[in-house]
Amino acid sequence: MGSNMAEAHPVGFQWVVEARERGAKVIHVDPRFTRTSALADLHVPIRAGSDIAFLGGIVNYILENGREFREYVQAYTNARTIISDDFRDTEDLDGIFSGLDREGRKYERESWQYKGMDVGASAGEREYGEAEGEQAHGAHGGELEQGEPPREDETLQDPRCVFQLLKKHYARYTPEMVERICGVPRAQFLDVAEALCANSGRERTSAFCYAVGWTQHTVGVQYIRTAAIVQLLLGNIGRPGGGIMALRGHASIQGSTDIPTLFNILPGYLPMPHAHEETGLDVYVERNAPPTGFWGNTRAYMVSLLKAWWGTAAQYENDFCFDYLPRIDKDHSHYRTVADMEDNKLRGYFVMGENPAVGSANSKLQRLALAKLQWLVVRDLDEIETASFWHDAPEIETGELVTEDIATEVFLMPAASHTEKDGSFTNTQRLLQWHHKAVEPEGDCRSELWFMYHLGRRIRERLASSERERDRPILDLTWDYPTVGPTEEPDAEAVLAEIGGFDAECEPLADYLPLRDDGSTTCGCWIYAGCYADGVNQTARRKPGREQSWVAPEWAWAWPMNRRILYNRASADPEGRPWSERKKYVWWDAAAGEWTGEDVPDFTPDKAPDYVPPEDATAQQALRGDEPFIMQGDGRAWLFAPSGVVDGPLPTHYEPAESPFENPLYGQRANPVREEYRRRDNPLNPTGREAGSDAYPFVVTTYRLTEHHTAGGMSRTLPFLAELQPEFFCEVSPELARERGLEHGGWATIVSARTAIEARVMVTERMKPLRVDGRVVHQVGLPYHWGNRGISTGDSANDLFPFALDPNVHIQEVKAATCDVRPGRRPRGPELPEFVRNYREQAG
Amino acid sequence: MSERKGFFTDTSVCIGCKACEVACKEWNQVPADPQGLTGNSYDNSGELGANRWRHVAFIEQKVSVGVEEAPPESFAREAARQSLVSDGLDPHEDADGFRWLMSSDVCKHCTEAGCLDACPTGALFRTEFGTVVVQPDICNGCGYCVVSCPFGVIDQREGDGRVWKCTMCYDRLKDDMEPACAQACPTDSIQFGDLDELRERAARRVERLHERGREEARLYGDSEDDGVGGFGAFFLLLDEPETYRLPPDPVVPTRRTPEVWAAALGAAAVLAGGVAASFLRGRR
Repeated sequence: MGSNMAEAHPVGFQWVVEARERGAKVIHVDPRFTRTSALADLHVPIRAGSDIAFLGGIVNYILENGREFREYVQAYTNARTIISDDFRDTEDLDGIFSGLDREGRKYERESWQYKGMDVGASAGEREYGEAEGEQAHGAHGGELEQGEPPREDETLQDPRCVFQLLKKHYARYTPEMVERICGVPRAQFLDVAEALCANSGRERTSAFCYAVGWTQHTVGVQYIRTAAIVQLLLGNIGRPGGGIMALRGHASIQGSTDIPTLFNILPGYLPMPHAHEETGLDVYVERNAPPTGFWGNTRAYMVSLLKAWWGTAAQYENDFCFDYLPRIDKDHSHYRTVADMEDNKLRGYFVMGENPAVGSANSKLQRLALAKLQWLVVRDLDEIETASFWHDAPEIETGELVTEDIATEVFLMPAASHTEKDGSFTNTQRLLQWHHKAVEPEGDCRSELWFMYHLGRRIRERLASSERERDRPILDLTWDYPTVGPTEEPDAEAVLAEIGGFDAECEPLADYLPLRDDGSTTCGCWIYAGCYADGVNQTARRKPGREQSWVAPEWAWAWPMNRRILYNRASADPEGRPWSERKKYVWWDAAAGEWTGEDVPDFTPDKAPDYVPPEDATAQQALRGDEPFIMQGDGRAWLFAPSGVVDGPLPTHYEPAESPFENPLYGQRANPVREEYRRRDNPLNPTGREAGSDAYPFVVTTYRLTEHHTAGGMSRTLPFLAELQPEFFCEVSPELARERGLEHGGWATIVSARTAIEARVMVTERMKPLRVDGRVVHQVGLPYHWGNRGISTGDSANDLFPFALDPNVHIQEVKAATCDVRPGRRPRGPELPEFVRNYREQAG
Repeated sequence: MSERKGFFTDTSVCIGCKACEVACKEWNQVPADPQGLTGNSYDNSGELGANRWRHVAFIEQKVSVGVEEAPPESFAREAARQSLVSDGLDPHEDADGFRWLMSSDVCKHCTEAGCLDACPTGALFRTEFGTVVVQPDICNGCGYCVVSCPFGVIDQREGDGRVWKCTMCYDRLKDDMEPACAQACPTDSIQFGDLDELRERAARRVERLHERGREEARLYGDSEDDGVGGFGAFFLLLDEPETYRLPPDPVVPTRRTPEVWAAALGAAAVLAGGVAASFLRGRR
């Protein structure tokens, strides 16, 4: 679900094909019949933006029919935990949870807590909290007080226990409701639910694969949370063949969250410190390290990171240079930054490996904003639309931009491609794979590593004589990577070694367990510790699968500790025995007194299943021997998330920000804390019952084709790829084509409140109208690869979509919105904005 | 001489990624040949030709519920059946199933190759791998081979005049590498190897699919008794060859050479007889 794996991840899809050949059933739930559906046993067409209702329906099916893996749920999840008496569910409050601050568009989360305590989230979100700079309640320093374990009901009968709350929350997600919201016939839905249940339990496991079809929504995080609940109820986490695969959008997007290009986390998901008040390392640790679970060692991870960055300058006496870290003062995510840019609050901008003038929502606003910058650096293989906006953006033609008036100084730096540089990719299953340079980059093309290293080197040279305090963080950096060749390319392996970490004797670390908070160890990313163990580039290992065990531990290297399945202690029962012979993976060897199995056990190696922590235990030692979810403060997987998610402890179906429907489940239509930018340059379509919503009656979604890569910078310029998908097109059903007079192969104009774009028409039975909430709804499909440059050109699908974001991760909702479609080409020049304005005015 | 090499293209696992088309062009330096948006499903490259040595066909198909094509226990059939009996909420006019066939086509490297038989210059030859290859430095562009191919594979390049087609990556084979398309194929839809072994593998594969109720699976070009003496590159299809725009019963034109010669000789004899008779008459 939420993924077109065969098209967007064809290389990974070979394993799905192989699994199917071995007897696995492949079910594809997707608005369109795609190349993935073609290879699936069943394709279920669904209305874009309704997946939580579908998955919630599965939760309800499981609970109503007693299909949960009872022993697993009882032992390993927080099903038995009692929740605060103050908590009110969406069932009580017509679609909102207790704690909503409607004006501030945020939730106060005290009432979501475990009864009598405050629980810390496991990663990333704690320190940051709200965009305004306030600490989120319950999102930091989980007070899992010793001597006061959570209140529980092992029978799962207490009406305030998570299991009962879950049951109540999803009770109305019936097959009939799924049919009404998703447009999936109830019989077909029941088929899927039953197939999933039948293929789960002791003997069998099922997996979910998702991609940005799930994340790019105003409730994106909650989509994945719902899948997590399904998988936990069915016992499909921490076991072979189970799990939830996050198929990432590019090579090493996983890597760029592990070692983040994000504004609010540091390497290894350490929260970024906040600027709201004077804080030192002690306060940071106090706020962000829950006393129990592996996050209890946060200080060691942070100090080792600071030592890696500032070396000898980082000492106990100066808090290991903790003060050198930048502080965040507010939301600095992509869309906030672009809005600030348009509002003249931003002077300069670096764009590397991205083409926001095509790839981001409301890309027209992106382009307009670029013209407000003083300077812009773009590093890419070609002059992409983001670099060329000043002379050929579509807004030049419409008169909204005038080249002579644009003061932005654009620096276009030629980039080396992946075949022209050494480095690692971290892919979806946390596998770091090294790639070697095959050829030297041509001319002035250079790697990102070269660029950042030499930029840093030159800045340091400029500042060398500075005595200003504010320059110390730059001057004290360990910036001494060896370089090779005539271009002085930094040695990528030296960077990997720094990330992998060193002990007090400067020997490479084997894993993260030896990390200390006294400054004796260094590590650039604690979860990557050991990727350079024994001084060997572990990520470059390429032993074929047939020459090793089926888990293939000697192919590349997976974080953490080369572990292939996370939380794999859950593959054994509470006593440490495999749930079944067929699915045995990691188990307790009583004779040897240790955990063993096919993979690196994800557990303290010698902690017996019957271990009960002493009262004063901290970090991982405070978790029992039968609590596999070692990153959580309570060692259990969270069906109910008391913290870490800002828009609700249980996923709830909300309509997309733009939808032709009201919410059949609640009075609350859309996510009450979604982020919407209500501004002149980001108008929203009227939606649901609002007046004028019938001006934009269709559901529109975006996606990728195998033949092109994301915003097209790497594919529209290549003749062999461009000829295979030469033009931007829209996919519509024969029914919609009839209704709107669209001609196969002709042109269509697609309109939203933001703009109108044109595309060639592909009429296909792969698109199917659905009956939703008593009426037929049509869906329009738009591949988003095109822009005005390259061999294959076309309008950009993302121009249509608004800045409407998920409140947890600030991702744009481009997988479901509304639009109108009419036959023929769009107006040209200044007539285009005029046309769109008229549309808006007619809609009201 | 080495074992005869070949391709087995198993279309039941083709995901239509076109990596074969791109890898072929990259390796063999085949020029781009943009056709524009054809509107023919996701096929924008049309057909095999001088500038396209691998081509992926896309066929969008409605399949009726209950016909043999749907395996008895399949989800698709069951779901379709159930949606028929559900209370008519499905707005589609019928509850038919749907499938999207994809198939990567290539030169068949026939046992009896019409192109090879027709080539007057010796530009076309059979390699030590049993494949049929054009030598561009010898080809004079006469085009006799073009009309002799029962599949319409071999083709003259515009502005060049010479003929071009798949070489099964002759250069790679000589270096003990598999052809570029087979190496690029992520799902092993394109398999390369010793032809005899591939035929056995394909037979087992069809058997397995039949066991699983996929009765529609069939081999195309695996028999030496066909009109070209068997393909060096054969296929597993999920429908009739015509569906994929492949000839159902291809015959190499030279099969008919003896008949043609006999007829020609007969005609010559008649002609000669007539001429003689006229002379005889003239003498009278």
